[in-house]
Amino acid sequence: MPFIELDALEKAFTVRRRAGLLRREKREVRAVDGITFGVERGEMVGYIGPNGAGKSTTIKMLTGILTPSGGRLRVAGIDPARERTRLARRIGVVFGQRTTLWWDLPLRDSYRLVHRMYQVPDARFRENLDRCVELLELGDLLDVPVRQLSLGQRMRGDIAAALLHDPDVLYLDEPTIGLDIVSRTRVRSFLRELNADRGTTVLLTTHDLTDIEQLCSRVMVIDHGRLMYDGDLTGLHESGGGERLLVVDLATAMPPIEDVPGARFVRAEGPRQWLAFPATSSAAPLVAAVAAAYPLVDLSVREPDIETVIAKMYGGTREERRESLT
Amino acid sequence: MAERTAAEPVARREGAAGVAGPGRARLVRRGGESWRTYRMVAGMWIRSTMTYRSSFALTLFSSFCVTFFDFVVILLMFGHVEGIGGFAFAEVAFLYGTAGTSFGLADLTTGSLQRMGRRVRDGSLDTFLLRPAPLLAQVAADGFALRRLGRLTQGLVVLVWGLLLLDGVTWTPLKVLLVPVTVVCGAVIFMAVMVVGASAQFWIQDAAEVTNSFTYGGNTLLQYPPTIFAQELVRGVVYVVPLAFVSWLPALYVLGRPAPAGVPSWAAFASPAVALVCCGLAGLVWRAGVRSYRSTGS
Amino acid sequence: MPPEGDGKSARGSRPAPTRVVRFAALPSAAERGFTVPRPRLYATVAAGGFRRHATYRVATAAGVFTNSVFGLVLSYTYIALWDERPRLGGYSVDDALAYVWIGQALLTVCGLMGGGFETELMERVRTGDIAVDLHRPADLQAWWLAANAGRCAFQLLGRGAAPMVIGALVFDFTLPDGPGRWAAFLLSVALGSLVGFALWYLVAMSAFWLLDGQGVAQAAWLCGMFFSGMLLPLNVFPGALGDLARVLPWASLLQVPADVYLGRYGDGGGLVGAYAFQGCWALVLLAAGRAAQAAATRKVVVQGG
Repeated sequence: MPFIELDALEKAFTVRRRAGLLRREKREVRAVDGITFGVERGEMVGYIGPNGAGKSTTIKMLTGILTPSGGRLRVAGIDPARERTRLARRIGVVFGQRTTLWWDLPLRDSYRLVHRMYQVPDARFRENLDRCVELLELGDLLDVPVRQLSLGQRMRGDIAAALLHDPDVLYLDEPTIGLDIVSRTRVRSFLRELNADRGTTVLLTTHDLTDIEQLCSRVMVIDHGRLMYDGDLTGLHESGGGERLLVVDLATAMPPIEDVPGARFVRAEGPRQWLAFPATSSAAPLVAAVAAAYPLVDLSVREPDIETVIAKMYGGTREERRESLT
Repeated sequence: MAERTAAEPVARREGAAGVAGPGRARLVRRGGESWRTYRMVAGMWIRSTMTYRSSFALTLFSSFCVTFFDFVVILLMFGHVEGIGGFAFAEVAFLYGTAGTSFGLADLTTGSLQRMGRRVRDGSLDTFLLRPAPLLAQVAADGFALRRLGRLTQGLVVLVWGLLLLDGVTWTPLKVLLVPVTVVCGAVIFMAVMVVGASAQFWIQDAAEVTNSFTYGGNTLLQYPPTIFAQELVRGVVYVVPLAFVSWLPALYVLGRPAPAGVPSWAAFASPAVALVCCGLAGLVWRAGVRSYRSTGS
Repeated sequence: MPPEGDGKSARGSRPAPTRVVRFAALPSAAERGFTVPRPRLYATVAAGGFRRHATYRVATAAGVFTNSVFGLVLSYTYIALWDERPRLGGYSVDDALAYVWIGQALLTVCGLMGGGFETELMERVRTGDIAVDLHRPADLQAWWLAANAGRCAFQLLGRGAAPMVIGALVFDFTLPDGPGRWAAFLLSVALGSLVGFALWYLVAMSAFWLLDGQGVAQAAWLCGMFFSGMLLPLNVFPGALGDLARVLPWASLLQVPADVYLGRYGDGGGLVGAYAFQGCWALVLLAAGRAAQAAATRKVVVQGG
């Protein structure tokens, strides 16, 4: 049996809207509209979709904050809606935009509260804390009040706080949002190690496809409360027909690079040029070809953003739907 | 339609658990857990306050001094008159002291519940729901402030003062016992009102102020003798919102005065039972509020 | 608590500067050479304040309910008091009851127990968002004054009128002699709300130094409750305490408007004197607020909050 199991899961809200002076209109919104999937123990899954697609609603049901309005849901064999507090001991949650740390207190104090609230055995707690401190490089920060931490430092602190009680599952909601490159890389490598060493199941929502590419073997796309895709990232690119971008900085401004096979010139801005290539193919031969023919100074590869991939995935249908809604 | 019915067993099971109620052992365990959680969260808030040490000292001091203004008003009144509604100064001080101490106790422990609307609105209540600890204890301890000791101390001082001045009372063991019991039960009744007020914020966050009319307003009402109020108002706080049991009814017995018209004399001893019933009701309303929050997420 | 030294060294090694400093580095309005026609700007801010509070319908209804309950309780205590001592403080029972309900009506308008904006302002100071406000092409105090004027206008209509009507239905209290008296009363209320704003603005400024302004707000709240005469008219206060209370700024919030309403200042010189009293306090306190604001601005720029 899968570790996380959703069977035709549903969540419908009734939205009241003022229509006219006194009359109120009731409308049912299906935030999650029959989602079925299973996640095995130790899997690392990306859960993506545009804003308002139903991602957070799903996470809230998985953690027991929200009660589903239909379908079946089990996490580690527990029904989250019924046994929220029992489940709480087995899951860790990080909301990228909301800290659970104590604003005015040193980081250490927040961890002490986790220690006592989750009743983590002392030795176990110390071991976990040491590990997190080492891997997330929190050593210098433990005695700093949280309000003085930078966004990246706070996020690392939050991730540690979510892991001190040895959860079997870790939910991450936008864990890299607003972080600088260094913090981002550190967070990703930490998550990879956590998953490899501890076998922690990780479910993460993100807007950054690089997160998915570097961490997840599996990705699920949700839109309008329905599961639109479930598979690996290559498959997503194939079905989306997505393109990645190669951004090259040349020594000087040069005419458009149009002679490299497999790449399409997009635009140029001084010495910088943008080249598009199929998301499913490797960037390496392309880079080699450009480097051989041009004075290459620097380069970077940009993943297409999720909105673009999804928009491409459904072609015109999405645009049409949007228009019919407005 | 098929999906609808699939949802029902979940809802029914939750409902059943709520109605059948926990067994006694479970209740004790939940109580212990709640107390532990409350202490932990309140402790964190005290530590947070202590990081601004000078600010804390200043606020505690000002809180001590300034709460006494509230009682000065009564002193000023007695500068002009011998009695209010037929009650002498010592008697009014006793009424003020019992109600004030109960309210101070409730305000210290659960006064933060008033802030819950903000947690609901900005969604930070969700992080509380993710912890393996009773929600009510977490919310009650959220924003715990030692400066509220000022109000409690003031109530106690006036109560002791009133007791020392009372000379017409023939003290019996029953009356001696009734004073502390009244204060504790009164605090519990106030707490229950605060919990109901907080629960209402799950549905309407903007109406938080209504709770004030029953807590702060109730406290002001109880500071004065019931004889000065319209009888409809007195009956209202006996039978509708049972604030009369916080202090009026037992205090009138201690003072050797008759209960308000239409109220049986044994009501003076009913405070513990009323407090218990209030707790039960508050628990049910809270539970309903949490359930509604978890089904609507707003 | 970790030893003080540890915290300092850790703070020293922190790579990112505080948010406030970063914002403070933005060019100020003057440097950008960016000006907005002032009166129109502040009128817009005031209208925004009015509309913003007008959307809180449920909160307004809840407030009216609470005011009415307090008015009811206070009315009975006053009836008991004036029963024992008719003409106490020069008021008849009807005057005293009018006083109670005026108090409930002006509670939010004149900020007797909280200005209704200081919590938000203090929160902005605490989180550092205030740095953004300080660099707006508008004066901080004037901005908040305008927003508060809009709030007061709404509160007067939404939360002022209703409790008075309810009170008038239950009790038979004194009404002003004519429309002229009503107008005089409204002018006094306007001045009172200005003093109220200035007082609470000063309270809010304390957050720059104390960070946790809750305690100061609480102290100011209780001072306001006592010295505004909301619990007991100031002319009932005895001797020196009464003399003192009647010249403190809080007297401008309720006692003076109520006495204007009850016609105790007459229509001539007395009335002008009452307005002058309120006006002087408004000027003094607004100036003090400005001074505090200037000191706070320097502090933010230099120390980064």
